[in-house]
Amino acid sequence: MSLDMPKFSDLDALYDVGNAKVATEMYEDPELFKEEMDRIFKKTWVWVAHESEFADKGSFKLSNVGLDPVIVVRDRKGKIHCMVNRCRHRAATVCEVKKGKTASFQCPYHGWGYGLDGALRAVPYPEQYGDDFDKSQHGLLKLRTESFEGMVFATFNEDAEPLVDFLGPEVCRYMTLFMKQGGGFPVKVLGEHQFSVPMNWKVQLENTTDAYHFPVVHKSFMQTLDETTEDLFAFMEKNEGWVEDLGNGHSIMMMMPTREDLDDRLDDPIEPRFEWLAEEIRKEGYSEEQVKKIVLAVGGPGFNMNLFPNVSFSLSFFRVLTPISVDKTDIRHMALGMDGGPEIANQTRLRLHEHFQGPMGFGSPDDAEVWERVQRGTQGGEDLPILVNRGMVDEEPGTMGPRGHISAETGMRAAYKMWKRMMVEEA
Amino acid sequence: MTEMSKIDTKALLADVTEFLWQEADMLDAKNYGAWLDLWTQDGIYILPMGDGEDYKNQLNLCYDDDKMRRMRVDRFNRGFSISSAPAADTVRTVSRIVIESAENDTIKVRVAEHLIENKFGRQRVWAANLFYTLRKTEDGFKLDRKIAKLLNSDGMLNSFSYLF
Repeated sequence: MSLDMPKFSDLDALYDVGNAKVATEMYEDPELFKEEMDRIFKKTWVWVAHESEFADKGSFKLSNVGLDPVIVVRDRKGKIHCMVNRCRHRAATVCEVKKGKTASFQCPYHGWGYGLDGALRAVPYPEQYGDDFDKSQHGLLKLRTESFEGMVFATFNEDAEPLVDFLGPEVCRYMTLFMKQGGGFPVKVLGEHQFSVPMNWKVQLENTTDAYHFPVVHKSFMQTLDETTEDLFAFMEKNEGWVEDLGNGHSIMMMMPTREDLDDRLDDPIEPRFEWLAEEIRKEGYSEEQVKKIVLAVGGPGFNMNLFPNVSFSLSFFRVLTPISVDKTDIRHMALGMDGGPEIANQTRLRLHEHFQGPMGFGSPDDAEVWERVQRGTQGGEDLPILVNRGMVDEEPGTMGPRGHISAETGMRAAYKMWKRMMVEEA
Repeated sequence: MTEMSKIDTKALLADVTEFLWQEADMLDAKNYGAWLDLWTQDGIYILPMGDGEDYKNQLNLCYDDDKMRRMRVDRFNRGFSISSAPAADTVRTVSRIVIESAENDTIKVRVAEHLIENKFGRQRVWAANLFYTLRKTEDGFKLDRKIAKLLNSDGMLNSFSYLF
C-alpha cells in the first residue's frame, strides 16, 4: 500500500461480497465516513423532498444532501430548484425557516439577495466590487434536480445518469404502485416524525428490507393489534413474500404479495377492521367503488422498498435518513395521506402512523433501541465481521437481481454492493 | 376566571398543585395503572408537534384516547418492548402552575415541566408546557385533556420510553 492511499483502500476487507461480511470499521471509522460523504452523497441522486411539501409557487423547504444543507424551492413558473443554503459572500445561511413561502432569499448578514432559482439578484453598495463583478457567477450553488412520482431528488454530480435510469424500471414501477395509496387522490405528506439515533447511517440503510427483525423487535407492537391485523404480519411463517435486489443498491421486500397492487384488491370485501371507516366514508356520498379504493388505500400497500442511499418507501410512509456524523443519523418518518380525500380517511392514516412511528410510537423506539445497540456493540470485538449473509443459500434470479426468502438479507447485500461500487469510483 | 375570592383561588391552586405533583410522581415511578385511573373515559392525551392545534387532523407524537392509553401502558408493562425494558429513568419537576380558568367543574391549567431522563449512563433534558383540562368530581380531580407541548416538538427528538 503506498503512503498516499487511504487506509480504507482495501474495500474487499470492508465488504467481502462473496461471504457477505461487513467490517466493524464500516460503522465506526470517521475517515471512512468523510469519504462516503464525498464518494456517495456528493455523487449520486439523493432524495430531498416530496412535491406536496412545497406545492405552491414560491414555496420551499429545507433539506440535506449528505452533510450539505439545501433549500428545495418551486419558482414562479413551478420549476423546482435545489441549492446549497449558503450565501456566496461570507457563507451565512440564507434561510432558517424549515418550510414556507417567499419571493426571494436574502442573506441576513450583508443583504445579498437571491431569486427563487438561486440567481444573485441584488448586492447592496456593489461599487466596491468594481465593474467586472459578475453576478451570474455568484448565485447560490445549484444542484441538478429531477423528480419521479412526486419524489424530488438532487445531485451535485453534473455527470450523473438521468434519475429514472438510476432508479431503474422496477423501482419506477413499484413507486407508481406505492403511490396508489392516494386512493385516487394525489399523495400528500401530512407531517413527519423526526428523531436522531446514535448510529452509523448504514445501520438504517440495512433496516427497511429487514423482515427478520420484525417479529422480534416489534413483538410488543404486534401484541397490541387485533387478530386480523396481526395475521397480516404473519408474513414470516407464510413464506409467500420475497426480497429482491433491484439494482444500483435499491431493493424491495414484498411482505404481502396480495397487496403489491392495491387495484387488484378492488373486488375484495372490505376488511372487517375497516368496516366502520367504510361506513363513515359512504355517509359522505362517495360511490361504493371509491369507498373500496379509499379504504384499501388507508390500509396501504404490502411492501417496503429501499432506495440507495437515503430514502425508503415503507408500507404507508417515507423513511428518510440524513447522515450527521459517523455515529449519528437523523431519521424522518413522513406520514402520507390523500390530498382532497375524506377527512376521516386521513385521520385514520394519521392515527395509524402515530401508533407505530416516531418518538412515541409502538415501533420506532424499539427500532431506535436496537440500532443504537448495534453501534454500542461494535465497541467490542473489532475484528469480528457483521453478517449480512442470511438467505444466500436459496437465492434465485429475480427480475433485476437476486431474489431471496422474505427474511433474507438480499436488500442489504444490494446496498453494500452499490456502496462498494461507488467507493471504488473516483471522487 | 370567574369571580372567586382570594381564599378560594389559593385553595384551588393548592388542590391543583397537589394533584399535579401526585401525577408527576406516578409517572416518574412508572405507576401507570394508577395514572390510567386519573383519566375520564373520554379523556385525550396528546403530544403535538409544532404550533398547530387541530390535533385530530394533524400528525402528533401521540394522540391517545382511552383505548390507546391502555395499549400504551400495556406495552410498557409487558416487558417485550426493548426500548422500555428497561425504560429510561426519569426525574421531573412540574411548576409555574397557572390556573387559566375555573368554571363549574372544569379547570384549565398551564404548567411548566422539566424532565431529565437517564439511560445508558446518558442524561437528556426535556422541557414542556403542559395544558390541562381537569374535571372536578366526587373522587377528586380527573384528567380530561392533557396536552404536552415539548420545546422543539417539531425538531429532531429521540425516542421516548416514558410519558410526559
